[in-house]
Amino acid sequence: MSMATRYRVTHRTRYVYASEVVHAHQALHLTPRSLAHQSFSDHRVTLVPTPTHSQNGTDAFGNAVTRMEFDWPHFELDVLAEMTVTVKAAAYADFASSQPWERVRDDLAYRSRPRTAEELEAVRYRVQSPYVQLKNVFVDFAHDCFAPGTPIALCALALSNKLHRTLTYTPGGTTIDTPLLQILEERRGVCQDYAHLMIACLRARGLAARYVSGYLRTTRAADAPQLVGADASHAWVSVYAPPLGWIDLDPTNGLIVGKDHITLAWGRDFGDVSPLRGVIVGGGSHTLEVSVNVAEQLLADDTI
Amino acid sequence: MSLNRLKSYSPDARRYDELCDANGNVRAQWQPLIDKLTTEWPESARRSAELARRLVIENGVTYNVYADPQGRDRPWALDPIPLVITADEWQQIELGVAQRARVLDAMLRDMYGEQRLLSSGVVPPELAFGHPNFLWPCRNVLPAQSGRHLHLYAADLARAPDGRWWVLADRTQTPSGVGYALENQQIIMRVFPELMREMGVQTTHAPLGALREELLNFAANDPAPLAVVLTPGPFNETYFEHVYLARQLGLPLVEGHDLTVRGAIVYLKTLSGLRRVHSILRRLDDDYCDPLELRSDSALGVPGLLDAVRAGNVMVANALGSGVLESAAWLGFVPGAAEHLLGERLQLQSLATWWCGERPALDYVLENFERLVIKPAFPNQRFEPQFGRELQWKERADLLQRIRRRPYAYVAQERVALSQVPVWRSGAAPGFNAKSLTMRVYAMATSEGSTPSEIATGYSVMRGGLVRIAGETADVVSAQRGGGSKSVWILGSPKTSPDSLASTKKYLHASQSRSTSRHNELPSSLVENLFWLGRYAERCEAKTRLLRATLSVRTDPQAWSAVLDYCLEAGVMNSRVQADLGAFDATNPQSVAADLQRLGWSATQVRSRLSAEHWRAVSVVQRQLSDATPRTDVRETLDRLLLSLAAMAGFALDDMAQDEGWCWLALGRRLERLLFLSDLLVNRLASETLLWRNELEWILDINGCTIAYRTRYVATPRLPAVLDLLINDPNNPRTLTFQWESMRTTLGRLATVLEGAGEETLQTEMAELTAVDLNAIEGNSPAASAARKVLIERLQALSTAARGLSDRLSLRYFSHIDSELRAVAS
Repeated sequence: MSMATRYRVTHRTRYVYASEVVHAHQALHLTPRSLAHQSFSDHRVTLVPTPTHSQNGTDAFGNAVTRMEFDWPHFELDVLAEMTVTVKAAAYADFASSQPWERVRDDLAYRSRPRTAEELEAVRYRVQSPYVQLKNVFVDFAHDCFAPGTPIALCALALSNKLHRTLTYTPGGTTIDTPLLQILEERRGVCQDYAHLMIACLRARGLAARYVSGYLRTTRAADAPQLVGADASHAWVSVYAPPLGWIDLDPTNGLIVGKDHITLAWGRDFGDVSPLRGVIVGGGSHTLEVSVNVAEQLLADDTI
Repeated sequence: MSLNRLKSYSPDARRYDELCDANGNVRAQWQPLIDKLTTEWPESARRSAELARRLVIENGVTYNVYADPQGRDRPWALDPIPLVITADEWQQIELGVAQRARVLDAMLRDMYGEQRLLSSGVVPPELAFGHPNFLWPCRNVLPAQSGRHLHLYAADLARAPDGRWWVLADRTQTPSGVGYALENQQIIMRVFPELMREMGVQTTHAPLGALREELLNFAANDPAPLAVVLTPGPFNETYFEHVYLARQLGLPLVEGHDLTVRGAIVYLKTLSGLRRVHSILRRLDDDYCDPLELRSDSALGVPGLLDAVRAGNVMVANALGSGVLESAAWLGFVPGAAEHLLGERLQLQSLATWWCGERPALDYVLENFERLVIKPAFPNQRFEPQFGRELQWKERADLLQRIRRRPYAYVAQERVALSQVPVWRSGAAPGFNAKSLTMRVYAMATSEGSTPSEIATGYSVMRGGLVRIAGETADVVSAQRGGGSKSVWILGSPKTSPDSLASTKKYLHASQSRSTSRHNELPSSLVENLFWLGRYAERCEAKTRLLRATLSVRTDPQAWSAVLDYCLEAGVMNSRVQADLGAFDATNPQSVAADLQRLGWSATQVRSRLSAEHWRAVSVVQRQLSDATPRTDVRETLDRLLLSLAAMAGFALDDMAQDEGWCWLALGRRLERLLFLSDLLVNRLASETLLWRNELEWILDINGCTIAYRTRYVATPRLPAVLDLLINDPNNPRTLTFQWESMRTTLGRLATVLEGAGEETLQTEMAELTAVDLNAIEGNSPAASAARKVLIERLQALSTAARGLSDRLSLRYFSHIDSELRAVAS
């Protein structure tokens, strides 16, 4: 088995509107991040209709973003993103060697001393954000995962596993606007809900966690457990665990993120990184189709 | 002796008293005012209070209180007694506020740029990042032109028992109150004109001209620079002020849907197409300004606005993201930031404040919980300030737990004993009450300051401020919770006097040199609402006349039955039996009551174009209907209504600038009147009862033509003569010919904008109608019946053509503003 895996990803989003959309603005987060363990090539986004204006940029969280405008009437919007992504297995991280969670919490708190860029980066992910409201119940829910003195990475892993265990994956049962309190009460949701709830449990304790959007390998070996969340874009959580840095956990599948995950973008929550975000004038009601295919490509040895 | 009059004035000895010194003597600067108020006691004081109250209503100064049973537009509460301040004292305030504006602007620049304050630990990053108005998409977006974030700033000040002024809060989002402060000053100036001169009160100087220049300077190279005032709309609590500011600045008042972003450039949707907007003075909170990148649930914003800012194509004041500084938690960190960024010491101290996110501060707060007020650090935590001492055991334990778990979201402040001032008390025992106050002081950006302070700080402070009076709770001041306001009198000549006359001249000169063809700046939505205001005003008037005329024929059973049928069919009434005939039932969509509501709505939408008196007439009309009880005489209610509607028509004719916007209002009125009359004639001619004399009288009465007919014919009404008058008289303002001629003139004036509205059909139909031989239609002969049929067809064709014109105007000029925004995300 090779050290790296190469995927061909196609991500298609199609809006069909009941009446004419006369004008629209869209912001796209459909370019993967370049990371130590991830690189990409042959990236292409095809749009129908063609946008009137299109501008590539980088958002405040370091993600590539394309902002575009459609200044002509259209009844449908078809966005096809294609890319080839190579993912290496991240180096083994010894979770037990991370700092105790209380120390991480205390170090993140303000003490009128200079901060490193890394610390300052972490602080922006430890406060409330639009989709992650912080409540005391999130502290209580995760109580058993945060025994005093436990290394933070192990706490986060325990929390991820607890969410995987106690929540039921229920497509269509929730929307992006379902409050986290309701998710916790009904114990069901989709990958966004798992991720938001895990982030809430960490931030409510003063820890830093960010929301990661990306893709999941569609098929796995017959003997491997099948994963959920592969039919559309996926979401998971990145936790600040010094001195290891950021560790990625997938609470929907109860996994440590490895070679099966492709990272698109990260932010405070879904709102910062939704693949397509737009404001339209007109349009009436609409239907939305999303399909994602993540196929493993054979990798010739010399390409590694 | 004036002090005797003050017997009832009993200030709290633990507070600073603005009026009396520690020995209970009236301070020198107050003496002339107190003398004036207490001579001819209490009539003189009462008259002053009454005059102030009346002027508030006459000037249309209103305030919207959310969820208020009194409804919108509650009159603003203004106390007749101003707050008197000496020139020296004011100068200290002025310098302190200007300096603070500059410091806060530098803090914003840093927080959205390099973040040196955050990385060096001078201010806590979680305070910025945890604030809902820290807008991440604005990071590294440099505001246009000067890079300035803060253009309009306000400081809430309070005077402590030691006599010094302290900063209670900073307003950096969209500081409100400038308009109210200026109006207060104007009104009190009319209450005490001589006294102000005698006492040497400085005239209020609002640097609005400088602010306008700042907005237009950004587009200095553009031949037609355009700046607008962006409002969330008429339901906002301070909408009065948005209208006021837009007028004072001479800029169009627009809502989000009036603007659109194309290719990262902001445009105003006007009648003649899109017009580039260079600068926006926003009265809308920053997180609501762009649903594409900021709050996606905002229907008030302009999608793509942030991208236009990013591209440097528009200047937004205050810059998007400036709301982040609105939190009590910053108060303790501003001095450090001033030192770090500008190497300056603050001249105004702020209220002692502990932000719990810092360990030592948290410990202090927990130890001194009893004597502190706990407040949220962020505006989206919805809870009222809690007084530690007043909490029950359980509430206290809850709050303490919440603070311990998320300390950075809580702030504690010392309880401040606000200073007190006399407030007029009317009623059986008139006198002065001692009430607590805070004062809001405003600073506006200026690129060409005229005083050393202005040049050094880049801010000009408005002379005079908005004083607010506490209501029931001595230390809580909020217009939403009642309590009133006061104007501020600053005595003596200022040491650093800007030549206000010169600056006014400069401002006027600048305005003139920039006076571009203003009709291009009429937002389409404004035009649409003016058109509909005209139509509804006329419709209400016509229906009221119809009802009144109908009640008059009650004594003639035959005519009564016929016209009643007409009214029921038209839906103007919905009952034959009720005393009011169901005329005032607003649930019936055809009723005059329902139309009056629509009239009120359209008027609200165009309030920026109506004079105070005109607006008051609108309010009166609304009130008359709601005041009518089942026992009120219907006829009397209708009479009063008609008078008020006539007043509105008078204002529309004689009180508005007859520019292109006005043309649309006039067009709406004429079109509506033409439709009403032609529909009425069609219906009555078809009913074959129009031959009866009483019904002819009724028709003349509805159309206000009774006298005109008598003058012309000196005879009892006959059908051909009545029709000739109503259709063909070119001089009577109620006839079909008159409506058409008037519309034709108006359409002619709009020709350059309209490029032909398709009024040719209407013209043809009108010609056909006037050609009909009216003498042939009288009588029961088959020939007369056939002639009536022809006339009916002509009238119907005219009505259809008029409706067609209205539809075409709507489709072509208004339809593109029917633009409800929707957010989509996958």
